[in-house]
Order: sequence, then C-alpha cells, then structure tokens
Amino acid sequence: MQLKAENISFGYTEKSPLILDNISLTVESGERVGIVAPSGYGKSTLAKILAGYRMPTSGQVLLDGKPLPKSGYCPVQMIYQHPEQAVNPRWKMDKILRESWEPDEEILRKMGIEDSWMSRWPSELSGGELQRFCIARVLGPETKFLICDEITTMLDVITQAQIWHLLLEISEERNMGMIIITHNSALAKRVCTRIVDLTKINNVHSHTHTHFHDHEHGDEEGHTHH
Amino acid sequence: MSTHTHTHTDDNTKKEKRFEFNRRSFVSIMVVFAIVYLVGIGLWGLIMPEEAYAVDYGAKFVSPEISHPFGTDFMGRDMFSRCIKALSNSLIIGVLASIFSSFIALFMGVSSAVFGGWVDKFVNWCVDLCQGLPHLVLLILISFMLGKGVKGVTLAVIFTHWPSLTRIVRAEVMQVRSSQYVQAAYKMGKTKWQVAFGHILPHVIPSYIIGLILLFPHAIMHEASVTFLGFGLPKEMPAIGVILSESMDYLATGKWWLAVFPGLMLLVAVMLFDVIGDNLKKLWNPESGNE
Amino acid sequence: MTEKRTILSVEDLTVAFNMYRKGGFKKTDLEVIHQLSIDVKEGEIVAVVGSSGSGKSILAHSVLHILPKNAKVGGKITFDGKELDEKYCRELLGKDIAFIPQSVDYLDPLMHVDKQVIGVYGTKERQREVFNRYQLDERVDKLYPFQLSGGMARRVLISSAVMEHPKLIIADEPTPGLNVEMAMETLNHFRELADKGTAVLMITHDIDLAFEVADRIAVFYAGTVVEIAPTLDFIMGRGFLRHPYSMAFVDALPQKGFKPIDGKQPYAGDLPSGCLFADRCPLRDDACAGEIEMRDVRGGKVRCVHAT
Repeated sequence: MQLKAENISFGYTEKSPLILDNISLTVESGERVGIVAPSGYGKSTLAKILAGYRMPTSGQVLLDGKPLPKSGYCPVQMIYQHPEQAVNPRWKMDKILRESWEPDEEILRKMGIEDSWMSRWPSELSGGELQRFCIARVLGPETKFLICDEITTMLDVITQAQIWHLLLEISEERNMGMIIITHNSALAKRVCTRIVDLTKINNVHSHTHTHFHDHEHGDEEGHTHH
Repeated sequence: MSTHTHTHTDDNTKKEKRFEFNRRSFVSIMVVFAIVYLVGIGLWGLIMPEEAYAVDYGAKFVSPEISHPFGTDFMGRDMFSRCIKALSNSLIIGVLASIFSSFIALFMGVSSAVFGGWVDKFVNWCVDLCQGLPHLVLLILISFMLGKGVKGVTLAVIFTHWPSLTRIVRAEVMQVRSSQYVQAAYKMGKTKWQVAFGHILPHVIPSYIIGLILLFPHAIMHEASVTFLGFGLPKEMPAIGVILSESMDYLATGKWWLAVFPGLMLLVAVMLFDVIGDNLKKLWNPESGNE
Repeated sequence: MTEKRTILSVEDLTVAFNMYRKGGFKKTDLEVIHQLSIDVKEGEIVAVVGSSGSGKSILAHSVLHILPKNAKVGGKITFDGKELDEKYCRELLGKDIAFIPQSVDYLDPLMHVDKQVIGVYGTKERQREVFNRYQLDERVDKLYPFQLSGGMARRVLISSAVMEHPKLIIADEPTPGLNVEMAMETLNHFRELADKGTAVLMITHDIDLAFEVADRIAVFYAGTVVEIAPTLDFIMGRGFLRHPYSMAFVDALPQKGFKPIDGKQPYAGDLPSGCLFADRCPLRDDACAGEIEMRDVRGGKVRCVHAT
C-alpha cells in the first residue's frame, strides 16, 4: 500500500502565515520514513494531517489513491507524544486497550504489557507503560500505516530503546508503513529506512510563527478544524 | 525542614488499623448529615397532616414554649409545624426547579460546545443576556407574567438559573472534545454516539452534578425572595417567603419568633446545600482531594 | 581547579505525599523522592536528567517550598551555607533565587506580563532589554498570560528569571515549546549567567540538552539521584561512568548503542528497600539490600556499593 501526501499546505486561518508549504511525501508499506526537524517546523501539524486529524488548507492525503475514510476505523493510525493525554483518565487500562479491537496474547506479550496492569487506572501507570498500551490498541489488523509523533520523547532512554525495538519487530512482521516524527536525528538514523529533513522541504521560515502563534511541539490543541 | 523523619511509613501502617479521622471522612460525614437533614425535612413536610398547623384562635401569639417551640402566629397556627411544612414546600419547589433548570443548562451547554458556530454564539448571547439583567427583577417579571403562584415562581426559577451551569457544561464539553483520546476514538472508528456516551458524558457528569447541587440554594433562596415580595407562592400556602412577609406586620410589636425561626431554618437549609456541593467538589477535585 | 562555593546543597531529601487510596477513606504515604542529594556550585550548570513524570519537578518544588499541603519533607536544604527554610526562601525568591516553572499557571492571570516580569526589583528598561533578547516585542508587554502562546509564555517565564543577576536559577524543563533558535538562546543565556557566577539547576528529560550546556549531569532514577558526574564522562561513554544505571542509560542512547536493558523503574510508593536499581542490575549481590550511601568516586558522586 501507499500513503501519499500531495502538495500539502497548512495555515491556521486564511490570513495567518503558512506552517506547511507545499509538502509532498510518499511512503510505501514496509518503509519507515523519518521526518526530522527541530521544534517550529510544523512536524506535529504534518503528522495530524497525514493521520487525517486535521484537514490541510490545500493539497490532499491519499491512501492507495483514495482519500482517508471520514468515519470508521482509519487504516492510518497515530501515536502521540504524551500517552497520558491520549487515554481517557476515567477508563481502566483493559477498556482503553480494547477500544477498537481485541489484541491477542501474542501482541500483549510482545509489547511487554503485564496482566496486572489491566485493572489499573491510567494515573497508576508510568508514561512508558501507557505508551505500550497506546501502541497496542492501534495495532489492529486494519492498521496499515502508523504515524509516530515524538512517541518516546517524554520517556527515559532505556524505555525509548525498549519501545522502539518492539515496534520495529512488529512493523516488520506486519509489513506496516511508518512515519516517524522526531527532533532526534540520532534516533531517526537508528529506526528509519529513509529520512526526510523537513527544514529542507518545508519552505516556511520557522521564524514566521514564533511570534504570535508558535504551535510547536504539538502540545497545543483547540485549533482543530473538523 | 531539617528533621530526618524516615519512619513515617511504619507509623502509617499502625494507624491504618483504627478509624482515621481525616478530612475525607469528616467531609463525608458532613455531606451525609446534610443530606439526611434536608431529605428528612422534605419528607416530614410531605406527610404532615394539615391539623398540625391548623388555625386556633384560642392560642394567638404564643411565644416559644414546649408545646409550640417556635410559638404561634396571629391565627394561632403552630409555627414549628408551619415552618417545617413551608421549608418542605420550598425545598421541593427549589429542587424541582433546579433540576429542570439544569436540564436546560445541560442541553444548551452541550449543543453550544458540540455544534459551535452560530449555536454557540446564540447560547452565549442568551447567557450574557440572562446574567446581565438583575436576577431578582427577571424572576419577578417572569413569575408575574406567568400569573404568579406555584407555576409562576417555579417556571421563573427554571428560566433564570441555567446560565452559570451552562457555562460550566460548555467548558467541560469543549475541553474533553478536543482531547486526544476523543480524537483518537473517532479515528478508531467510534461513532459520535459512542464517543458521547463513552467519553464525553462521563467527563461532564461530575461537574454537572456539583453545579446542580450548588444551584439548589440559589433556587430556594430566590423562590423565598420572590414569594416574600408577593410575586410568588399564594398566601394560603405555607412557604417561608409567605411566613416572613406576614411576620413583618407583627415584628414591630415584639413578635420576634415569627421571623427569627423561619429565617434561621431557611438559612440553615441553604447553607447545608452549599456544604454538600462544596465538599463534594473538594472530594472530586484531584487538586485538593488529598488534603 | 579552585574550590568553588556551593550555592545550593540538598542532602538526603525525602518527599512523601499523604494520599488516599483509590476510593478509600484511609491515607497512605506515597514516597516520591528518596534520599536525594545534589549540590550546585557557583558558576556551574547542573542538569538533572530523568524521564518525565518521574518526580524531578518535585525536587524543584521542595527546594522552593511550593509543594502541596499533603507533602511530608525530610532532609536538609541549604542556600549559600544557610538553611533554606520557607521564610528565607520567600525572602530570596525573585532576587537571589529565580525559578522558571514548567507551566504558565505560575503567572498572575490578572496582571500584564511586563509588570509581572519587572516584579519588585526590576526596571522597565531592563525588562525591555530582556524581552528584546527573547524576541518579545512591545505588544507582548500589555498582554495577559492567557493571551500568550506556549512558546511566548515560556520566554516570558525565562525573562522574569533572568531580570536580575540571581545567585541561583532553578529551571524546570525550560525549553519545550521553543524553537531551536530560542532554545539555544536560552541555553547560551544560562551559560553567560553561569560564567558570571550564577548557579543553575536545570531539570530536563532531554539528555541532548544536558550534553549541550551542563557542566555536571545528575541521573535521576526512581525518585533519587544515582550519580552526579561531569558531562564529559557521559559523552565519553560507559567506561567513564560509575553507576550501573548510568551505564545502561548511556548504552540505550540512540547515538551510542541503542541497546535497552530489561525491566522498568519501580513505582513511587512501591520502592524497594536498599538500592532502587538492584532488580535490574548485573552487579547485584547481598550488599545491595542495605542502606546505600552517596559516595565520592573519581570526581563524581554515586549511590552504589559496587562503583569503582
């Protein structure tokens, strides 16, 4: 399969400066493409557009030539930087894990998810443990592409290495395509089959949106246009 | 600061064996007490026979004593029974009005946050309009227009008490709607209904319930005020507002008990609702939940 | 190397939160910081590195006496040789001690940002000078905190810390939300201040940032600091380090081996007695079960009985 971004541009409003300017990108199944840039180059915004969370101002995202489905399970799934924000704090882990599919024992064992974690609340697990759940819950059979937005940035380096080893193993086995967004070029070199330097292909100057709208780091929500 | 206390873990395991009188248990006892008191008064008033506060011209203006703890009024009615009945009426009307008012708030708040755009603008405009006008004036106006009485005052309270709760509900829905886990749920193929019942409602309900409980005292107070001013419940119905307004005629002649006891009863009831609401808020709020 | 004055010293800091168990009425203590020792000398940047949510911020909050009410604190904190209690800390805060918090919530929501940054001791000129350096133009002066974007707020917080020449800056994750240029500017500014004698305690999850600017790095693990060593030792690799966790840490870096060890950090409140790292440690033996003291080893400090 192929995930393709065609001439993507994005600005928060018509008047505000573009955060992404005419980005094109193609990722095939089995490929792991790193998108590397420091904060402020619109990495997180690009991730959200590729996963269908946000509509680009112009351009389109195509999966095998067709736009991403508007409803139903999306074959392009995203994993976030802050796992504690990506799970409902009022749900127990068991329910969170099974929100969209029934992960089998095999996957759970591979992801290093322990049985005793299932009956806990998210606040009772560490970031690394939560992130394992966030990954496992989107590994359903319909998932063809994974967008990983700084998924280990907030974790300690040992957990980071643990999680990436698991993720690489699973994605290779299932021939998934991955887009790996990170500011850490050393990490990208380790895990990616190909690296795209966003500072080179995104023509907006990072300076333009440091003044009144710096939405770097993907921490800021609330401007989502559906 | 400089004290080395590494033994507290041992102390604690010992303490666990007996009942610990900490803030959480204290607050819970307060809440239970308040609920029992208020429900008790409400029920007592409901089952109370009319004879308990019947007219008895032989016992006019009896000052407080054992057989009439709150004294009697100008028609010889027992003020204690009448107060209970009146407070019970006020509580029931206030609670019912608050609940209906909170439904309006829930509906307005949720639609404002979910639909956005002009719906949001309209709801905000209504909220501002309602909050911009003096509360009591609006209440009197609506009650008067609807012909006063139980219907008038209840509807007036319903139509004037939703704005603050609407704001809370709207903010909560907006917050949870933009959260990553809700967005992720949509991408995992969940429908709007599944998200609404699985994620959004459970998030909004606690704030909604606390908001509702904190609405009760306002509703009861305002019902009493409007009635006191003569735009609410009818004279023949035992109500705190009616009792207080009647007492005004006799206050100057030293019949203090006619105003003091009913006033205190109302005050205590209103304060107890605040106790319940505030304490539940503290228990549910993670910031102060551990104090 | 001439002996420098120690500005901040923390000895055996232990912090526990008295919390309710889920749904219960009984309180238990949850120990989040366990016998943590660290010191910062004048002119020095010390980075505390550990995973997010592991309780590093609590270290900063205990030094500044801004922990929530249910915290129990043990240990000794001194500032410039004098015990830093709550009253003394209030006196120094904003003048000799500057704090860069993680969140904008620390700003007064009802006050223009320029006034807040000027504070009690600053001047308007100085405030403009600092704002200019952080590319905050005049329009920002008259904004309220809620009007700031994440990156702007971060720069305002940094500005207010560097208004004076504080003796100690405590920075809690100073750079997220900043673009590279601003992040580098901030770090350079810390360096400049340090070169003029300021002690900087920087708490971060970003090891690369620590490599960039810190003189010494403190490795935070399960609520304590297991090793403090010169930054160079970390760059040189495992052979130069002292604690088995620091070595595993360096091995897992993508720029080094990217090889993880098994296991996970113990939970706060569920900490083992003795060495906190023992269950994952290749060197573990009976000696690890006892009380582990912080020791000086090869120009660094380490909390391990086997370190040489």
